[in-house]
Amino acid sequence: MRAALLFALTALTAFAGVDDTFLIRGATVYPVSGPKMENASLLVVDGKIAEIGPKVTAGKTVKVIDGRGLHVYPGMIDSATEAGMQEITSVRETADINEIGDFKPQLRAVIAVNPISEHIPVIRANGITSVMVLPGGGIIAGQAGLIHLDGWTWEEMLIKRDAAMNLLFPSIGGGGGFSMSAGPTRVSFTESKRTYDRRIKQLKDYFESARRYQKAKTAGGAGFKIDLAFEAMIPVLEGKMPLIVNAVRERAIREAVDWATKENVKIVLAGVRKPGNTLADLKAKNIPVILGPTLTLPMEEDDPYDSPFTLPNELYKAGVKFAFGSFENQFSRNLPYQAGTAVGFGLPYEEALKSVTLNPAQIWGVDATLGSIDKGKWADLMITNGDPLEVRTEVKRLYVKGKEVDIDSRHTKLYKKYLARP
Amino acid sequence: MKTAFLFLLGALCLPAAPPIVIQNANVLTITKGSFKGSVVIQDGKIIAVGEKVDIPAGAQIIDAGGQYLMPGIIDAHSHIAADSINEGAVSVSSMVGIEDVLNPEDIAIQRALAGGVTTANILHGSANSIGGKCMVIKTRWGKDTAGIQFEGAKPGIKFALGENPKRQGMPTTTGRRGGGADTANLRYPGTRMGVEDVIRQAFTEAKQYQAEWKEYEAKKARGQIVIPPRRDLKLEPLVEVLEGKRLVHAHCYRADEILMLLRVADDFGFKIKTLQHVLEGYKVAKEIAAHGAGASTFSDWWAYKVEAFDAIPYNAAIMHKKGVLVSLNSDSAELMRRLNTEAGKTVKYGGLTETEALALITINPAKQLDLDHRIGSIEAGKDADLVIYDKHPLSSFAKVQKVLIDGQVYFDRDKDISDRNQMETKKKQLLEKEKQQAPQQKKQGGAARRPV
Repeated sequence: MRAALLFALTALTAFAGVDDTFLIRGATVYPVSGPKMENASLLVVDGKIAEIGPKVTAGKTVKVIDGRGLHVYPGMIDSATEAGMQEITSVRETADINEIGDFKPQLRAVIAVNPISEHIPVIRANGITSVMVLPGGGIIAGQAGLIHLDGWTWEEMLIKRDAAMNLLFPSIGGGGGFSMSAGPTRVSFTESKRTYDRRIKQLKDYFESARRYQKAKTAGGAGFKIDLAFEAMIPVLEGKMPLIVNAVRERAIREAVDWATKENVKIVLAGVRKPGNTLADLKAKNIPVILGPTLTLPMEEDDPYDSPFTLPNELYKAGVKFAFGSFENQFSRNLPYQAGTAVGFGLPYEEALKSVTLNPAQIWGVDATLGSIDKGKWADLMITNGDPLEVRTEVKRLYVKGKEVDIDSRHTKLYKKYLARP
Repeated sequence: MKTAFLFLLGALCLPAAPPIVIQNANVLTITKGSFKGSVVIQDGKIIAVGEKVDIPAGAQIIDAGGQYLMPGIIDAHSHIAADSINEGAVSVSSMVGIEDVLNPEDIAIQRALAGGVTTANILHGSANSIGGKCMVIKTRWGKDTAGIQFEGAKPGIKFALGENPKRQGMPTTTGRRGGGADTANLRYPGTRMGVEDVIRQAFTEAKQYQAEWKEYEAKKARGQIVIPPRRDLKLEPLVEVLEGKRLVHAHCYRADEILMLLRVADDFGFKIKTLQHVLEGYKVAKEIAAHGAGASTFSDWWAYKVEAFDAIPYNAAIMHKKGVLVSLNSDSAELMRRLNTEAGKTVKYGGLTETEALALITINPAKQLDLDHRIGSIEAGKDADLVIYDKHPLSSFAKVQKVLIDGQVYFDRDKDISDRNQMETKKKQLLEKEKQQAPQQKKQGGAARRPV
């Protein structure tokens, strides 16, 4: 009966000329949610995973992809990027990341994603099918969104427009934000402390004002006026939208977590580099972490040389859920190598793979549709010639919602052109 | 008496350090194939390599336990271990050099070492068309300024083309990152045309200067009494370039400027030893190969500025396939620690073999520094600069276990880890001591002084 239904379904889609129904046969499938399956088949119907197993039958009209010698993984998710929001770093006109102002919760990163940015094909060619795009600047930078790296418009790319609110938690002496320039500053401690105290107060006041606004709105009295920024804060105050809280060091993390607990808001920590003794607390409070970039230098001269590489395993051992983010545009494609290096320095392999697939899907609340190869989920798939965490591995084919997407890019086009130069 | 003393001294020095044998290793020689075998080291040099070697009496044995042994990594472009990088006030700054600002205590040396790097070319910055003098070091962490220098290495000089050297000649645009100078302090050049002019002017002067000295030497040889020309510390290194005694490492991006520099060098009769970054090198690979310049590039950097917008990760592979001697460099204290996986990327981007990929960070940069008789491969007679990796070095999962320079272990991961507690204790003691002494110092020195 089911087979007949499937047949009917596939027949329909075939007639409709849709190419998001196909069968991959004889491949090694890594569902991530379970153990790998050798010589397995995978049926995708209408862009969703319909069947996985040693023997899957499909209608005669269904396109078959020979998967022998190939490996099928779920597409990867980069949990913090500037993808499509900036074309050339040094040219300000091409950047739409950092808006002016300290509190801008109403801003939405996704609408600043250029769907034909040259970066998008470059990133996805390495198996990254979806990314979080984060706005930057100020204290509350705006809303981060989760997008697919395929679509004619940003709207078509959307997975979750309001996935999270990005908060750059103030810290003493900088190093708290999205910016890569977290180096030491030449400002005295007293001055830094003063700035820090002021910004913390601003943050607290802002939340207080937002709560008053929320009350006023509920009360619905005369003279109530819509404020777009405070409107955007309501899902955060209601605990429906998580706050991405950028905090690097132990002290900032502790203060951010204490603050969030008092405010009773849901948070995801990002940019964590020296968590110190906070991990047990993060585990107890069920606070996930976006790590990255972990291919970086230790923060202090006397830190162990490998401290950024061992950090993921430290979080894993403490039971803290984490995912990797590139916090970048240029090197987003190298996301899996953060996970690979972490394996070299102790992180169990299965966990590393999850940290770029299922973990981010769970953290961003989209694991019902993304993050693993399971029946009913979108067929975001990469077919490779080996382990995607290995730098030498090539992605051979890529699918977003069951639709094959081009893995050619500006880079492959220039490569072919100039390789052929006489 | 003196003989007796000398004899005594000799006896004290003897016996010489015992030979070292690294055995049970997957040896990646780079130039002579890969096999399971051993390497014998004596007096800092490799004296034997093979599947089976004779183990000298009294040799110290390092069992690699089946792990991978490769030559120490060479980074052809680094700015570590230097207290300053750019002398940006003039367009030609060949009078300055890294030799005067070398800092053997830079922690980046230890980090590079722990990433398998044993030799690095420390370059001046890219603010000038003709920059300062460079210096090759070995990452002998713990040694002093003299101790980290690569003895006998040919000196080098940095050139720079494109956006960086012309930035000082471009008026600042508000809000533009890395923007140029303020209008009052513009420095020539401000265009790629000006960069060419600056280089041509400098070498025209250098040729005249060289001729003056030649004339002086000739007259002196004939017994004439002559006054020597006034020494010019800016032109001296350029004369060395003309005479092939100093290697040119030129920072460049775009195909047009690369071609320009090759033609300038052709006109003045010198060679560009390496083109650095050379992100559009793939567009003019045959011209680069014809000139005989090497190319030292990034694996996958791009789009950070306009001149890097046509950068592709296939650059190394195309240039290699078209006959250019290619290396991969870091230009970064961070990336320097993982040049092995940077090389690994060329297996994917352009299909290099594993040996070709490893050559990009070993024998090829050795040749680009004219040091391939000393380093870059595992061969008898070369310096015992070696790295042991737990997995194949091109793998994401590989990490460095041991690093030897001149046959001495400079990094040992197990020791590094076991020393950490001790370091932590020592740090606590020092902080405690500082705390105890702080009040006394205040009494002596009055009010706390701000550092100046």
